[in-house]
Amino acid sequence: MTAPRPIHDKALDNLEFIRSTMERAGSFTAVPGWGMVLLGLTALGMAQHAGAIPAATVYGTAHSHWLWTWLLEAALGVGIGVTSMVLKARRAGDTMTQGPARKFGLGVLPPFVVGALLTYVLWNAKQMQLLPAVWLLCYGAGIMTGGAFSLRVVPVMGLCFLALGTVALFAPVAWDAWLLAAGFGGLHILFGLIIARRYGG
Amino acid sequence: MAKSNAARADVERRAAVKVKAQLAPAELDRLIHERVRLAIVSALAARERLTFNELKSLLKTSDGNLSVHARKLEDADYIACDKSFEGRVPKTEYRLTALGRRALERYLDHMEALIRATRAR
Repeated sequence: MTAPRPIHDKALDNLEFIRSTMERAGSFTAVPGWGMVLLGLTALGMAQHAGAIPAATVYGTAHSHWLWTWLLEAALGVGIGVTSMVLKARRAGDTMTQGPARKFGLGVLPPFVVGALLTYVLWNAKQMQLLPAVWLLCYGAGIMTGGAFSLRVVPVMGLCFLALGTVALFAPVAWDAWLLAAGFGGLHILFGLIIARRYGG
Repeated sequence: MAKSNAARADVERRAAVKVKAQLAPAELDRLIHERVRLAIVSALAARERLTFNELKSLLKTSDGNLSVHARKLEDADYIACDKSFEGRVPKTEYRLTALGRRALERYLDHMEALIRATRAR
């Protein structure tokens, strides 16, 4: 015969059960609306600075300038995104390392890593004209998978990025600069404003 | 010496009364003490609305089991059920009522009081 469990253990067990159930049911709500607006504005600035993909077939400084401008924007975007996300989560008293936030991070990460790897490979293969489509598609895929654990509007934004990426795959190279500006600039600003208005901050 | 013993006895008596009071701050809510019902209420405290299927996959339970427990919570006005159609597919959504939220808060208080009381002993 087993000894009865102390009442203290049962109460702790119940609290842990409630906490884990709420964590599993909850969604990641720390997607930063204003942070995304800022990210969109920097992307618009960078899009103008980078200009169109150079048409010359021989890779030179113009190509490097274009790529480094967008890589700088990517680094800036990560900085703005993560900082504003942490600040919003902190204001709401949420943790960034457990529960829905962790699922969001794990959902977003794989397509982003694939995007980084393809950037390296396509740059080496001198297939730079494919980069805008790859970036938009990988970013959209990441936002859609991570967004499954977040606000309903987030996967919709991912879907819009996928649509732009698909257009970029088949559209003339001259359109790519506009598509990048529309995606990383326009969509971030649009959805950032929606999130800031509807979900606060 | 006798005075200090009396004082210690008084302190112990007061502590015992406090523990007793903390052990029974309110009657334990049997309705949400049951695991499936506690999970339903906890999940709805974290999300404004959950569909029947979302709750079923979250709780890893059967249709029948979930229906029975959800009905008990509905009867107590702890949760509310909204039925609608998405196209031709019926959709059942649950949400926590103010009464249900208060019941969960009372239950949490009760559990915390139990822990505090046993730690104080």
